[in-house]
Amino acid sequence: MKPAFSVILFTVASGAGFGLIMLAILFDLFGLGGGFSRETLLTAGAGAFILISVGLLSSTAHLANPKNAWRSFTRFKTSWLSKEGVFAVIFYPFFLLYLLGVYVGGGETPGWALFFGVVAFLLGLVTLFSTGMIYASLKTIRQWSNPLVPVNYLAMALLTGILLLYALGLDELGGTGGVLGLAAAVILLAAVVKATYYFWIARPSGPTINTATGFTRARVRILDPGHGHDTFLTHEFGYQPPAGLTPVLKAAVFVLAYGLPLVMLWPAAEAPGAGAMWVAAVSALAGAAAERWLFFAEARHVVNLYHGAQTT
Amino acid sequence: MKLGLVIDLDTCVGCHACATACKEWNASGVTGPLSDYDPYGAEPSGVWFNRIRHFEVGEYPENKTVNFPMSCLHCENAECVTVCPTGASIKREEDGIVLVDQDKCMGCNLCSWACPYGARELDESSGTMKKCTLCVDRIYDEELEERERQPACVLACPAHARMFGDLEDAESAVGETVRARGGFSLMPELGYEPTNQYLPPRSSRPIPTDDLPKPSARDKVKEWTNKVVNR
Repeated sequence: MKPAFSVILFTVASGAGFGLIMLAILFDLFGLGGGFSRETLLTAGAGAFILISVGLLSSTAHLANPKNAWRSFTRFKTSWLSKEGVFAVIFYPFFLLYLLGVYVGGGETPGWALFFGVVAFLLGLVTLFSTGMIYASLKTIRQWSNPLVPVNYLAMALLTGILLLYALGLDELGGTGGVLGLAAAVILLAAVVKATYYFWIARPSGPTINTATGFTRARVRILDPGHGHDTFLTHEFGYQPPAGLTPVLKAAVFVLAYGLPLVMLWPAAEAPGAGAMWVAAVSALAGAAAERWLFFAEARHVVNLYHGAQTT
Repeated sequence: MKLGLVIDLDTCVGCHACATACKEWNASGVTGPLSDYDPYGAEPSGVWFNRIRHFEVGEYPENKTVNFPMSCLHCENAECVTVCPTGASIKREEDGIVLVDQDKCMGCNLCSWACPYGARELDESSGTMKKCTLCVDRIYDEELEERERQPACVLACPAHARMFGDLEDAESAVGETVRARGGFSLMPELGYEPTNQYLPPRSSRPIPTDDLPKPSARDKVKEWTNKVVNR
């Protein structure tokens, strides 16, 4: 599948925004590591607001007929894309009411605001899950039709979110050993999810040119795809990443998204206020963008079987 | 009722007449126009509801060219309709035809991703998804003569390789043909339950040649003369 810039930006930015505010709410609710200051929570809230809003707005950029975008809220029961839109919009009032509570609470978030925060946390969770399910529900692309896809969307959001949150206010937390251990656990879990996913998609499976044409007892090969130039189908589904780029990018994903952020936890433990967590956060965001690019570039739609591919 | 097509891979000659007839009718039909980009230039492209591919099946000398027309298969389990967030994609209860409401589509392409058969194409001019309508604006038109109330592709096919009818009714002409000829579905393992069925090439008996009479001396001379005389 063609990696569209708008969709990569949308999923990485909104994922990081949801992860950032969800973890901020979690730290506030349980007072983890002594809790963050009001200023840090508000900064995290503003950052999440920008990331999520930019993400959602850029997702409308890939629509060919955006004037009908409002209709996408109408098929909530059946369409994961519709569910994602509805959950993301319902998330906003709860999210903003939580931030209002943090603002008026003056250092101690009131109980009602924590209630709105918990609801916002859950809505963020289901929004991220719905985003993953848009892809995972497509039986036509075996690299997407995989239970690890929504798990990965959640893991990458929490990974980029926790690193951004620590970049904003790690120095405010007491006993950084424990909270850094939490970050290490999130990073390792996300890395395991991605590595397992790459293992599962490595070998071709599912439909072949034989089942696509019904000739299952003979070799089938294309003589002519029937079109002289590119079509919508070749344009949308025919994308092949440049040879040799995929393994390089996969290595970059593991270094940028998981390796470097994990290593950065040591200097962060020594000097929590210095820039180590910013390095980790920016590196993870770059790694997440590479991960998302590969997610599209490696996906092979079964319609390619009608254009000569033997397997997907 | 499950209206759909039966396509005979035995008789299809791969002439693309069905595709051109489809384009001709539907350019002014309910989802028309079917935009073309650079139609007379070096890189012509555009929206088609019907595309014909050509495959080679088997290894020489046991091989065969199979021409393979494909349009929307009007699946029973049409995932393209399920994933549509706007409600633009519908599957009609009364006859099973899958359609796109051009006034509701937002052009997100998700339905084309959900379709394994490449039946849906985005029209860049209107920004909406377009697909085979099974000529819904022909088959119920009582202004037309009864034999004309069929999809344009079926009427155009010079090899009679396309049949139109109710595939739910086992006693219908299409139902009987599918049963007699061993019609099959494409990619059944995905579970879309396509309505359109494909008929495999017939296995024809080889024509015996060993019992032919040996050529006489006269025939040999004739053959030799034909080879030598250069017009």
